[in-house]
Amino acid sequence: MNITVNGKPTETATGSTVQNLLDQLRLDSQQVVVERNHTIVPRQHFVGELLAEDDSLEIVHFVGGG
Amino acid sequence: MKLIINEIAREVPDGCSAGSLRDQFKADADVLIVNGFPAEPDQPLGEGDRLVLIRRGEVPSAGELEALLTARHTPGVHERVRRATVGIAGVGGLGSAVAIALARSGVGRLIIADFDLVEPSNLNRQQYFLDQIGHPKVYALRDTLARINPYVHVTACHLRVTRDNIGEIFGAADLLVEAFDRAEQKAMLVENFATLFPEKPVVAGSGMAGYGPSNGVTTRKAIGQLYLCGDGATAAAPGVGLMAPRVGIAAHHQANAVLRLLLGEDPVA
Repeated sequence: MNITVNGKPTETATGSTVQNLLDQLRLDSQQVVVERNHTIVPRQHFVGELLAEDDSLEIVHFVGGG
Repeated sequence: MKLIINEIAREVPDGCSAGSLRDQFKADADVLIVNGFPAEPDQPLGEGDRLVLIRRGEVPSAGELEALLTARHTPGVHERVRRATVGIAGVGGLGSAVAIALARSGVGRLIIADFDLVEPSNLNRQQYFLDQIGHPKVYALRDTLARINPYVHVTACHLRVTRDNIGEIFGAADLLVEAFDRAEQKAMLVENFATLFPEKPVVAGSGMAGYGPSNGVTTRKAIGQLYLCGDGATAAAPGVGLMAPRVGIAAHHQANAVLRLLLGEDPVA
């Protein structure tokens, strides 16, 4: 199905969860904040929250150091 | 003639000497500075001159210090920042520099939180000193801030910030600076603070290791009220350490973003 991630059109399998998407993008779920359709998804919901066609995701990936 | 004496406009007779004005306005001053240069007491002053009268070692009163510190600010800035409360989560390389910049800028209240102690390796980039090694960072930083501007109110929390105490520690803040070290901690803090206080800005730091080009460090807006300062990519790792210049650049991007937010400006545009 077609979704948008950080403004870019992205394809992901139907029935994907947020966690599936993070795996697909090779992002560590502990190092990201995810907003789905303008609402923050708590990380304990990553494995359970199903994505839908036309979803708009914003994923902020933090790197260490400070 | 009109002069500025300790940042306050005064009307004085023409041709007054620096010494006579000292006698009149601050008799115990032992350092006289005219237009930025040390002056002798017999130096005559002219229209528009700036005279600063200092007694070595003396801490100005709150009102005096306010006038002196804010003389270098852009007009109108001070009244707005002195009413602000800024939270700083983590006072390592980023947080210690942000705290100092904001204290110098006259922010009214800082809430600083960190569990860590000052170690020698910190001194390559963090705003601590040799005689503070072994002390909790928040208390060392509070002492340092008091030496700069004792009229900034500092709440020092020597503890580990977790998702369960973020609200209690930073609830009074108008906005939050994320200044942790580990990516997992950054994500945890931003997610939880933004969920608890969606209307309050967060200014986070991500990507500032090494000595790559300074121009790689930017301020950009991410989700909601989150602003990211850094290059977004250069993680601290073996072989790519954290160094004072680039960490300082990211920290001052953060401090300037805070200032812009407090003054009603978009940090990015």
